[in-house]
Amino acid sequence: MAKIDDYIPIVGESVVEDLKLIAVHLRGKRILNVNSTAVGGGVAEILNRMVPLLRELGLDVRWDVIKGGKDFFEVTKKFHNALHGGRVDISEKDFEIFMETSRSNLEAMETSGDIIFIHDPQPIVLVRKRGDNKWIWRCHIDLSEPKKKVWRFLKEFIVQYDAAVFSAPAFSRTLPIRQFLIAPSIDPLSDKNRELPVLHKYGVPKDKPIITQISRFDRLKDPLGVIGTFRLVKKHIDCRLLLAGGTATDDPEGQKVFEEVMEAAHGDPDIHILVVSQNDLEINALQRASTVILQKSLKEGFGLTVSEALWKSKPVVASNVGGIPLQVKNRYSGLLCYSPEGAAFAVKQFLTSPDYARQIGENGREHVRNNFLITRHLRDYMLLFLSLYHKENIVYL
Amino acid sequence: MAELARAREPFRFYTRLHLTELTGLRAAGLVQLVRLLKSVPGGSIYYHTHRFLQQHQYLSPEPPNDFAYWVREILGEEELGERLASIDIIQYSTIRSLREKIIATIEEYLDEHPEAKMRFPREGGELHFKKSVSFILPTEHVSYDLREFVDILKRITIDSIYFHIFEAKLRLEKGTNDFSNWIENSIGDKTLALSIARLDPYVYTMEDLRRTITAMIEREIR
Repeated sequence: MAKIDDYIPIVGESVVEDLKLIAVHLRGKRILNVNSTAVGGGVAEILNRMVPLLRELGLDVRWDVIKGGKDFFEVTKKFHNALHGGRVDISEKDFEIFMETSRSNLEAMETSGDIIFIHDPQPIVLVRKRGDNKWIWRCHIDLSEPKKKVWRFLKEFIVQYDAAVFSAPAFSRTLPIRQFLIAPSIDPLSDKNRELPVLHKYGVPKDKPIITQISRFDRLKDPLGVIGTFRLVKKHIDCRLLLAGGTATDDPEGQKVFEEVMEAAHGDPDIHILVVSQNDLEINALQRASTVILQKSLKEGFGLTVSEALWKSKPVVASNVGGIPLQVKNRYSGLLCYSPEGAAFAVKQFLTSPDYARQIGENGREHVRNNFLITRHLRDYMLLFLSLYHKENIVYL
Repeated sequence: MAELARAREPFRFYTRLHLTELTGLRAAGLVQLVRLLKSVPGGSIYYHTHRFLQQHQYLSPEPPNDFAYWVREILGEEELGERLASIDIIQYSTIRSLREKIIATIEEYLDEHPEAKMRFPREGGELHFKKSVSFILPTEHVSYDLREFVDILKRITIDSIYFHIFEAKLRLEKGTNDFSNWIENSIGDKTLALSIARLDPYVYTMEDLRRTITAMIEREIR
């Protein structure tokens, strides 16, 4: 695991110096993170890397995980889909299941600390245990068009927090509590992002340009739209498509989408569908081997695969949804699109203008260096903790 | 090497780190934009006229403010976008006067082009008002003369340069930037102080600004 000073060659000594300066003001504060899983998923990935670094900076940080059975997580998956605007049938029984597990966690969990940092809706009810300490709710979901029934239910708990944190401005709502904008981040020293030679494990020939989308097989990532985009590009430019994502054996919908993708790709030797099972090094290598990276999502909590690609100086074509426009400033650090036709046009621009693609890719890497690396995330979280003790807009420390 | 004037008061470098607070307010057209510009906190006007400087400081310095970007790129009002982009922010010493200028620019345009009131963004293209919460911290870097000052300037974070040049002048309403203030009053070099004050920092990237000020001071102490 990387140490804080290992980031100095990437972000500069003064950035790490600033982190140490802020950390001094949080000495003695006990901070407890709570989420719903210790492994798998973006939240756990971020906490796994941030908690040790915050500790190294001298903060007293803990991380705990709520317990829940299959029924509970089926309901929270429904909540997740509904908050993303999906049509989901949620019954009163579902709310009862959610509350029953929440009550068990309320009884079982020890939530002492100066700052309690709750991640996502699953542990949201824990705020009922609040005393005179500070509570933050961190939402990692695209809340731009949530289904009202679930939002209204959750809002009753959200308003009991001191502050809420969202990943994109469009996710904020009118709330009586303070709301902060903090984007997630990538770790440049992780297996997924560190420098490494390109691997050839999957046998994708490099005889023509490779267009890649790395995403799990999920309709919200629009894999069929990606194939449509590829076919439009291929009419004019000979190239290959690489669609790579994790397996989804526990997700019947994921398996179905995977089969649809296989069906759509059938018979085209230039479309490579790869199942990459939680192997960060392989994902890293595939991204580095690509000519253009696509992220044609229909909804996106943030879409860190975009930052991962930009960090590798790749030209990115991505949908203008969720947190993507924060990462891709159109024509500065990538190209934004709204349709397979628009995406195809943008991909063709990059493939036919390699100098332009290179410049945009370099801009993208610098944009990520300045805004989406873990050091910025550490800084924002520490400032967030401090803001709980200061109401003013200009704070002298 | 010529002996340098010792400062009457040392210069302590501060750094400014910021957190973005969401207001929950959003504009979906020019009329609504003007209405919100009149009521949002000063920290919000500051945020939207300075965010690009820090988030995109590796690029050329444009586009200079979120309002110009949104009006041009999202609403497609090129001419108003240009008018907003060309507001000479350096001339304004308070957020209040800057706010009034932005509002007047849009209102004037709407009088000339009333049809622009009917321009709306596509869904999801609204301008979300945010504001900046600044945390100001002293660093351990202190200079007693111009040589020490320029040595620190070369390696201090751009957040520190940002604080002393932009935030000190406009948000803290000090009238000029901290560097010029110290060079004039503690070092006694009014000419150098004025040359730095005369720079328009909004047309530089942060790194270019660092290089430019460094070169000006190095010429002086050579």
